Amino acid sequence: MEYPSLSRKLFIGVNYIFLITLALVCILPLVHIFALSLSAPSVAAAGMVKFFPVGLNFNAYQHILSQKEFLDAFFVSVQRLVLGTSLSMALTILTAYPLSKESKNFKSRSYYAWYFVVTIFISGGLIPWYMTIRMLGMIDSLWALVLPGAVAVFNIILLLNFFRNLPRELEESAFIDGAGHFRIMLRIFIPISMPGIATVCLFTMVNHWNAWFDGLILMNRNENYPLQTYLQTVVMQQDFSVMAQSSLTGMQEISNRTVKSAQIFLGSLPILLVYPFLQRYFVKGIVLGSVKG
Amino acid sequence: MAKLWRNWPLHVMLIPGVILIFIFSYVPLAGIVMAFQKFIPSQGWFSSPWIGLRNFEYMLELPDIERIIRNTLTISAMKIVAGQVLPIGIAILLNELKNRIVKRGVQTLIYLPHFLSWVLLGGILIDILSTEGGLVNQFLGWFGVQPIFFLGSNDWFPFVLVFSDVWKEFGFSTIVYLAAITSIDPSLYEAAYVDGGGKFKQVIHVTLPGMLPIIVLVATLSLGNVLNAGFEQVFNLYSPQVYESGDIIDTRVYRIGLVDVQYGLATAVGLFKSVVSLVLVGISYYLAYRLVNYRIF
Repeated sequence: MEYPSLSRKLFIGVNYIFLITLALVCILPLVHIFALSLSAPSVAAAGMVKFFPVGLNFNAYQHILSQKEFLDAFFVSVQRLVLGTSLSMALTILTAYPLSKESKNFKSRSYYAWYFVVTIFISGGLIPWYMTIRMLGMIDSLWALVLPGAVAVFNIILLLNFFRNLPRELEESAFIDGAGHFRIMLRIFIPISMPGIATVCLFTMVNHWNAWFDGLILMNRNENYPLQTYLQTVVMQQDFSVMAQSSLTGMQEISNRTVKSAQIFLGSLPILLVYPFLQRYFVKGIVLGSVKG
Repeated sequence: MAKLWRNWPLHVMLIPGVILIFIFSYVPLAGIVMAFQKFIPSQGWFSSPWIGLRNFEYMLELPDIERIIRNTLTISAMKIVAGQVLPIGIAILLNELKNRIVKRGVQTLIYLPHFLSWVLLGGILIDILSTEGGLVNQFLGWFGVQPIFFLGSNDWFPFVLVFSDVWKEFGFSTIVYLAAITSIDPSLYEAAYVDGGGKFKQVIHVTLPGMLPIIVLVATLSLGNVLNAGFEQVFNLYSPQVYESGDIIDTRVYRIGLVDVQYGLATAVGLFKSVVSLVLVGISYYLAYRLVNYRIF
């Protein structure tokens, strides 16, 4: 039995304190925002709110949820999330399955693989990308938020590696029993790859929820903004030079802080809700996708 | 022939992906021609007048071209260094936590910011860094520090970018390092212990060498990102006041192209960045392949 020395004990104690503090630093800003959103406007403006609401009330949330713009944007986000994720998952699986075959069995594999992988490294840049979508007449259409990123090459590589680690015998015996590729994919590969597929699916959902820049440049009309783009315009686009000098005392400015906090919190709520599921999978997914010999 | 027949479904499966990638990746690639045109949207890529390298001349004449390159390089270099050193250290410290519940709790909390968008984090940062009752300035006030206008000061802005980026990503980055630590053969630690190596020596002589391949891999691959200083972050935090220290290539391309509608010029600046990036990525993958035998698929 090893008895820890005094310096070892000291280190262990300090280490616990340090890492717990660090973890709190990661979460406290969000807690602060949440506390602000539930506080009375006057106390919030006076900077008296730390991590617990002062003067608890739900006025900020009531105000937001009665705003048509917010609800519209929320609805656009839900639409792009559902449509985008299902489309993207179908495409990712359909593309990853053939690319997971050995080159000796699927001769054209490496041509296809290069065709997809090259796009990770070479891109036309922001402006030609924007212009392509514009010339396709997709501005202000939901498809503009869904189709351009639907084939996510990184996700394909992740799933492809997952498929490749499955035992070959499964596939071979199914072939001998007369099953075709589609049946093998649907009946064998997809069911036993659920952890990998779930990882990719959750990542895709999070990406769709968090995406804001495409909405900002591809949607001209505000009612087509997804939620994060809407939040970007209301929370972020403000004049700093004004904010710096003026002491914010107007009633409207004051409630602004609680309303903005509530908007930020509502924007992160879906992520916080799926986070427990997300966490179960992403560690596995990351390790699988990035550290392989 | 039988072989060929069996494989036709594979080609069919690839059709949708091939088409979409063609439209949204290869067509924009062809759109690079805009960099050599006086691009007029109504005339498209085929009829807009060609102007040779004029756009690149304009690019070099931009009064702030040096500034945006300098800012891009310094910001991303600081992010790369801090964003790798810290997670390595934290992963080693996390590995020393024996209480599983605390360890799991810490991991849960430090991974979280990675999943929030820069819109939300930008909103949070603007609030907590505000000079009017912002949390950070209040905290500093306890130590007698005058309120600092973090987001409006050129002295502070780059550090706010680096600090907040590291804050968002360090936890998530520990995942690969933790995985590397777990895959180290425990008998190496026992051998080090028998040889009289204390905990600290074990870290130096066993843990770090065990992590070295993945450290080298992440470091080399990050070389390809030197020109990506974090568009989404900068875009959500900067303002004209801090262009001097915070304007980067990507934000400038956005403003030239989509605010000032100088499509040709913006494409040229973007192309310049893409080409340099491509060279860097090429070098980084070559190094990664030579040093740790890494291949992307």
